[in-house]
Amino acid sequence: MSRAFSSEVGSGSREENAPKQESGAPFRSDRNGKGSRALWILAVMLSHWRRHPMQLATLLIGLISATALWSGVQALNQQARNAYDRAAATFGGSRTAMLVGKDSATFPQKLFVDLRRAGWPVSPTLEGRVQIDGRIYRLLGVEPVTLPSEVGTAPAIGKAGLQSFISPPGEMLVAPETLHDLALTEGARPQTNGVTLPPLRVQPELAPGVLVVDIGIAQAILKMPDQVSRLLVGKFKGPHATLESVAGDRLRLVEPSAETDLERLTDSFHLNLTAFGLLSFFVGLFIVNSAIGLAFEQRLPMLRTLRACGVSARMLNTVLVIELVSIAIVAGLIGLVCGYFIAAALLPNVAASLRGLYGAQIPGELSLKPVWWLAGIAISILGALAAAAASLAKAIRMPVLTSAQPQAWRQAQRRWLMMQSAAAIAVFAVAAGLIRFGDSLLAGFAVLAALMLGAALILPMILEIALSLGERIARRPVGIWFWADGRQQLSGLSLALMALLLALAVNVGVGTMVNSFSRTFLVWLDGRLAADVYINAASDAQATKIKAWLRERPEVEAILPGGRADTQFGGAPIEVLGLPDHATYRDNWPLLESSANAWVRLRPGDTCFVSEQLSRRMKLGLGDRIEVPAPGGTWPLEIVGIYADYGNPKGQIAVNFAALTRHFPQVPMTRIGLRVAPGKIAPLIAALQQTFGLDDRNVADQATMKAESKRIFNRTFSVTAALNAFTLGVAGVALLTSLLTLANSRLPQLAPLWAIGLTRRRLAALELLKTMAVALITALFALPLGLLVAWCLLVIVNVKAFGWRLPFHVFPLQLIELLAVALVAALCAAALPVARLARMQPASLIKIFVNER
Amino acid sequence: MSASRPITRRAFAGGALALALGGRSFAQGFAGLGEAADGFAQVTPGRQFVFPADHGPHPEFRIEWWYVTANLVDAAGAAYGAQWTLFRQAMTSGVRVEGWANQQVWMGHAAVTSAATHHVAETFARGGVGQADVIATPFQAWIDAWQLRGLDGFDAQTVAPLELKAAANDFSYALQLKADRPLVLQGDHGYSRKSDRGQASYYYSQPFFTVSGTITIDGKPIGVTGHAWMDREWSSQPLAPDQTGWDWLSLHLPGDEKLMLYRLRQKDGRENLFGNWITPDSRSTEIAAPGNSITPTVTTEIAGRKLPTSWRVTLPERGLAIETTPLNPKSWMGTSFPYWEGPIRFSGSHSGIGYLEMTGY
Repeated sequence: MSRAFSSEVGSGSREENAPKQESGAPFRSDRNGKGSRALWILAVMLSHWRRHPMQLATLLIGLISATALWSGVQALNQQARNAYDRAAATFGGSRTAMLVGKDSATFPQKLFVDLRRAGWPVSPTLEGRVQIDGRIYRLLGVEPVTLPSEVGTAPAIGKAGLQSFISPPGEMLVAPETLHDLALTEGARPQTNGVTLPPLRVQPELAPGVLVVDIGIAQAILKMPDQVSRLLVGKFKGPHATLESVAGDRLRLVEPSAETDLERLTDSFHLNLTAFGLLSFFVGLFIVNSAIGLAFEQRLPMLRTLRACGVSARMLNTVLVIELVSIAIVAGLIGLVCGYFIAAALLPNVAASLRGLYGAQIPGELSLKPVWWLAGIAISILGALAAAAASLAKAIRMPVLTSAQPQAWRQAQRRWLMMQSAAAIAVFAVAAGLIRFGDSLLAGFAVLAALMLGAALILPMILEIALSLGERIARRPVGIWFWADGRQQLSGLSLALMALLLALAVNVGVGTMVNSFSRTFLVWLDGRLAADVYINAASDAQATKIKAWLRERPEVEAILPGGRADTQFGGAPIEVLGLPDHATYRDNWPLLESSANAWVRLRPGDTCFVSEQLSRRMKLGLGDRIEVPAPGGTWPLEIVGIYADYGNPKGQIAVNFAALTRHFPQVPMTRIGLRVAPGKIAPLIAALQQTFGLDDRNVADQATMKAESKRIFNRTFSVTAALNAFTLGVAGVALLTSLLTLANSRLPQLAPLWAIGLTRRRLAALELLKTMAVALITALFALPLGLLVAWCLLVIVNVKAFGWRLPFHVFPLQLIELLAVALVAALCAAALPVARLARMQPASLIKIFVNER
Repeated sequence: MSASRPITRRAFAGGALALALGGRSFAQGFAGLGEAADGFAQVTPGRQFVFPADHGPHPEFRIEWWYVTANLVDAAGAAYGAQWTLFRQAMTSGVRVEGWANQQVWMGHAAVTSAATHHVAETFARGGVGQADVIATPFQAWIDAWQLRGLDGFDAQTVAPLELKAAANDFSYALQLKADRPLVLQGDHGYSRKSDRGQASYYYSQPFFTVSGTITIDGKPIGVTGHAWMDREWSSQPLAPDQTGWDWLSLHLPGDEKLMLYRLRQKDGRENLFGNWITPDSRSTEIAAPGNSITPTVTTEIAGRKLPTSWRVTLPERGLAIETTPLNPKSWMGTSFPYWEGPIRFSGSHSGIGYLEMTGY
């Protein structure tokens, strides 16, 4: 014991010794306050970190990386949620109870009046789409006088003036982003389809992409006189008649939901981000756990000495906790700053993804609430305490006279190997059960989590078996030592290796999913974008002129009109897409499933194709009949095909174009596709632009459209890729720090070999080889695990989250690449300690025998 | 008139509407309205009233209201008050446009008062679509489910019989109003002067209603009878800019005589007193003697303001000297545009019941 003490103190600096010697008396005396005593003990404790800066760095890196990624992801989620709230606040999103037509997209305004006169506090809204300069915007007509005050923060129309809002020409309220988008100034009056819209007025509370006008003006713009799409229901202010007695069965009450539509839609995306955040958080905590464990172990002699000097176990523990919390606060702050930068760097891509996938508009500037900072610090402290729990518990129970047993805590873990493996098998069983019986997105993620956890738990056992095999095969003594020592080292490295395993498996899984998606998407895009040129006319009149002009052009082989209408089905908005009856579509448009002669059957207008998302959500199959609300009454359709519609948050059905225009006479006819003779595309576009004053946004060739789609697609997954890389980086750091902390403690194992005659260089080479070997085994184990993760993502998570199922492809090159990355990471992590060993002074090795414990 | 400051019910529902429509922000939108009466018809003396046409709206004027107050008692003799008001305000002048482009905005207030409670509700509507409107023949004024409607045998000269209905969360009422005496033109043959600078309104009343029906307070129906008073007023001109508020009294005197009296307060502390004395045969005479006065006697603190809820009224030329006391001093109309309005009783040279309204406090 005294030797341990002297060795501990002996390696400290002179200044550190001084307080300890002086502090002997105060520890026994109660005359000094507890506070100052605690300070002295803290000073003693902290001296440890000064002697082991690398350990301190490890601890900080662990905490910082855990906090940074976690809080970065939280910041992104928070930003997005704020944006959804803003969108929801746009005059009654799903947070307000509302009445909708039972079987029609709109209904007569008289129902509104009848309900008001029967005591219902309802307010009408009318929604539609308008196209300005080739871009589609959501037009929302509201009635400010009856708008329920609880609808949200947005209806501060008064600022712009009720009178100017509702009296002709009225006003069109837009978010600042939309104004910027339109490249117009306040007061300007954009045009849609030949109609002049009200002057623009900025309303910062609004969500981007929405144009808000008075309901009367909206009815005029959308050419839907006396029609409303929804009635928002305010708080009842008195007795009222039943809905049926006023409206018969024409209206349906939709209860408010706490979640907005966007929140529901984007849940999966945020769950995905959160999962990554959690993964990095836990990987970071692995690092913290190993650093703290080692530090406690190395400080045991010091703690024992302090106890012997009269410091109570409680006092000791209090000081340990104070120390830990202080470190956690510092690391937490640094982590938060890093998290902020991570979030700021990822935000543009997250925004692009959410816009591309769900049409959600997220502002590009990060704004964070104070609670975010507090939560970040709290998570850092809680994480540190959780990671240190085992060590703290041990310090509390430590008998005063126990002898120092460095590494004993790790050795004790060996006993857990069997139990850990048993736990892993139990977790796998849970995963299997979830696959069999789970049917939600959360269950999908739970399967993923269970798979990862089980794999991490069973990893040490797999390594143990692999290394034992190696040991059995080895013949020469050094070889046997190599494997045996690897096993001995295992417990110390297992946490870092688990982190590496998880990071690699996630990488393989996500990489495989993204590549599978990419391959499927590109094939699909080729089929979907079959026309050579796409035109978006400013108005129906212009479209007619363009079509007449095109008919005179010999190089134009086909003019394919297009259009889409909005309606609702099963209580959710859907799009109705019109497909012209033309070989371009028949030959190219990709169908997942179809009845015989599907295209021929589509012609009369009594059949439709449905998108995969819609068919999954509503459990629709070929041959099923659906009724779609249309202005002229419900439109019965038989399903004759199912097609992929990747990236569309809304359900969609496709019908014959002529039939669409019959049932939805208001559909703008401004979209035109062209088949053009090869080589004549560029001149035709130039001529179109010149003749009709169209710009690049309004006329584009197929290649441009595809490039644009691919760009959006790539951005969609860039966040995933970035988080993936971060996670792998953190796992690399975990491996490095584990190896660094182990390096010193391994000298007693290496010194005898050196004494026997192995050179330092040889020893270093062996160490390197050993690290690479365990890393390789881990990586090899990560590959099948990763493929399993990918399968889960494709077959369970994607289907639940987006509504489409993608074919599963394996990309061997990607796997080999990752294997290489893992080995390089291990090599980098091992290089520093190994280099140190190779250059170590022989005296240091000899000292091992002097200090042997 | 400053629209950010509540002014009056009768004279300036314009301001009231503005404020009421969602509070301050709406008021800003209406600020322009409180000023000149550009494009609207002007109130001039000597107008010939025509009934039933004048029971209907006058959209060429900016503001207008249909206002009923009722002093009621139940079988046990306990007193109650009921109020029903429909305000109309035009945002722009011009020919009536149907549909949402209609120029009118409507506001309804309803209240029930007992000695212990005072329940208030309000609602708003745009004109042109049917949510609120007034039709002269057959007479009907409504906003949402609240209405004032002519019953069978409706006589345009007596504005009776009528059915009056309003309902809110914690109160409702359904009353039948009857009258057998003709309505009364206020001011000078219906021309009611509000200031020395030309501000005025057209103003007629039916103060002779007898009432029976049911009021329901907190779910408990109470059979009631009593007297009611209807006011009709329209104008385009607001109060003068320096007029800050208004104290208005309608009194049912003994012998079926009626008195309508209001005091307009000015920023500089000066005040103008106007009123009409109405005889049982519906003859209405302006009272304009210098010795007339109304003076606060008791002040009640309510909603963070001090309001004079009891008054001394002296009209020496008529031999009237009375003290009024409110049924419920807390008859505060906590609507978007707040004011005090409630039933009162009075005693002295004359005794009886009536209604008091005070704005701008």
